[in-house]
Amino acid sequence: MEIKSMRFKANSEASLANVVLQGNLKNAKGKFVTKRAEAIKELDDFEGTRDAAAAIRNKVIDNLDLWLERFETKAQETGAQVMWAKDGAEVCRLVTEIARKHGVTKVTKSKSMLSEEAGLNQALEAAGIQPVETDLGEYILQVNDNEPPSHIIAPAVHKSLDDVADLFHKVHGTPRKTEIPALTREAREVLRGHFLTAEMGLSGGNFLVAETGSVALVTNEGNGRMVTTMPKVHVVITGIEKVIPTLEDLSTLMRLLPRSATGQSISNYFSILTGVKKPEEHDGPEHLYFVLVDAGRADVVGGEFHEMLRCIRCGACMNHCPVYQTIGGHAYGWVYPGPMGSVLTPLYAGIENAIDLPHAATLCNQCGVVCPVKIPLPELLRKLREKQTDAGLRPLTERIGLRVWAWVAQRPALYGLGASLGARYLKWLAGGNKSIRLLPAAQEWTNGRDFPAPQGQTFREMYAARRKSAAQGDAK
Amino acid sequence: MANKRVGLFVTCLVDLMRPRIGFAALKLLETAGCDVIVPDTQTCCGQPAWNSGDKAGAEALAKKTIAEFEGFDYIVVPSGSCGDHIRSEYQSMFAEEPSWRDRATAMAARTYELTDFLASVLKVDSVPGDYEGTVTYHDSCSGLRSMGIKAQPRALLAKMKGVQLKEMNGCEECCGFGGTFSVKFGEVSAAIAGRKCDFIHASGAPAVVGGDLGCLLNIEGKLRRMGDETTQVLHVAEVLAGRD
Repeated sequence: MEIKSMRFKANSEASLANVVLQGNLKNAKGKFVTKRAEAIKELDDFEGTRDAAAAIRNKVIDNLDLWLERFETKAQETGAQVMWAKDGAEVCRLVTEIARKHGVTKVTKSKSMLSEEAGLNQALEAAGIQPVETDLGEYILQVNDNEPPSHIIAPAVHKSLDDVADLFHKVHGTPRKTEIPALTREAREVLRGHFLTAEMGLSGGNFLVAETGSVALVTNEGNGRMVTTMPKVHVVITGIEKVIPTLEDLSTLMRLLPRSATGQSISNYFSILTGVKKPEEHDGPEHLYFVLVDAGRADVVGGEFHEMLRCIRCGACMNHCPVYQTIGGHAYGWVYPGPMGSVLTPLYAGIENAIDLPHAATLCNQCGVVCPVKIPLPELLRKLREKQTDAGLRPLTERIGLRVWAWVAQRPALYGLGASLGARYLKWLAGGNKSIRLLPAAQEWTNGRDFPAPQGQTFREMYAARRKSAAQGDAK
Repeated sequence: MANKRVGLFVTCLVDLMRPRIGFAALKLLETAGCDVIVPDTQTCCGQPAWNSGDKAGAEALAKKTIAEFEGFDYIVVPSGSCGDHIRSEYQSMFAEEPSWRDRATAMAARTYELTDFLASVLKVDSVPGDYEGTVTYHDSCSGLRSMGIKAQPRALLAKMKGVQLKEMNGCEECCGFGGTFSVKFGEVSAAIAGRKCDFIHASGAPAVVGGDLGCLLNIEGKLRRMGDETTQVLHVAEVLAGRD
């Protein structure tokens, strides 16, 4: 997918100006937050479970090559083929080759963010193979001229019922429906034909289980089962960091994933898929492929951002992020929005291609406290800022400004003079009013709010004066 | 027992914008029997540099602040954000400079946010303020999520006969300030502040109280821009201490 993260600021302002989007975001805000808060109460020891989950993920990331080899061996024993892709282009090439080999003309897809990273749909279309998104949210976006997702688990969360009603009326050529059940039925009717005719199914993977060579899929609509069991070929595309050691570990992580994501105790469907169809079995694919993708992940292993690889893609960080809640996911400009995206995009797509993202956070740490695998997201964002500064990637005015400010702040007398003049200047600007409507040096502040007037003298001046008069009082 | 020697770090924002918050903190500490000293060379804890990725600037200001304050029994800060920076970040900053890390660690153990110090360390029975009216409380992010400041200011306000606390929905949600975030992405920041103001209005309280001046300036600025000239925006120290 094309990276538009360099336009974050303009994108975010456009999001704010988009009245329809703002209404939709307002409606969506808080739903996942409330449900998650209820769902985690079901766990006796939520914090302990978070610790355990983080430990499982750390164990894997610390020896990722070993666990991947173990997974590969096991998966091969079950009849699957394991392929490795170093980047999105290789994903597209491998999947297209698999499709050609099996004479595939249509692919049904369960949701895969890695397929978004790789731009797989476009590659398949270019090869004359029809990709059909079957997750309802992804389907809505695909028929809306391949609109990108705005959320990793609720890709069309930025759309309203009205938006979807208009869209289906237009693309399906059916009478406009306004009830959700009627709209989903309409999508099901369209998709049913595709499920029955696709020769290949493509899914992501929530976890890869090393001890059994299985892929675990968490879905809510049942489309995942249609995609992975009906066609004769099933291709799993997922990041190399998704492997976990055992089924026992899977059960620990599954206590957290649906609860953190949608606030469900368990998702409507939870599948553990192992191997190809055996002679005595009635369903399942004849051919199973795993395309395990690096695309920047291996470079993160063992480095200062390795904790990010723990991520289990629940979306809780964005659901709770005040910035995400305000501007939605598209503004972030790539596949992954919100706090996790603001760390992943610079890591996977290059820090020079996402200058704004590490700064697009108030560091409120709401993301850090809800993360089921305890990724210190604000700390990682801050470290990325440091990397940008060290690499000279921040705007010159900001770098000089900070340098001068820090230099002055180390010199109390000079700083005191500056603060004193500043307080007087701001007071003069306020002109007797409670607040300043326009700060020439900080219009970013006053474009959207006033700047309260200062008292006019600094604490240090007033404190010195007070002590002086107290001393004089004592002398008398 | 000798009085506790407390170094008051007023913060750069209080110094520049609202000296009365610094004096309120001073009054609260002195009333509670502390010997309070305000080192007059203090400037800024360095958080803006740290959060902007300027490690060198942040380290220099951290060392300066440590040197100024490490001699006190306690270091008290009327801000959860600056307090957390001193208490948590200084140590991680000096991971590779053991002598400074040790000094930072020692100072961290004695550094408190103002309401935490009053409620948890001094365990004050009463406060001097005489504020009368209903207030709602904004929990600032660093104080709440990094320093555990939640019950302390409420417990102190509860000691004031004239004060009724009316909680707002979303009291723990970020106000959108975020330090330099507020001027890097001003429109997003102001929009988040707008939501906070809606919560404040919905509470019906004629005053909002908080423990971090950055958030309070953001909230006050947004309230005024929304045309609300009446809702008072107060630092918890001002309420607890009363106006001189």
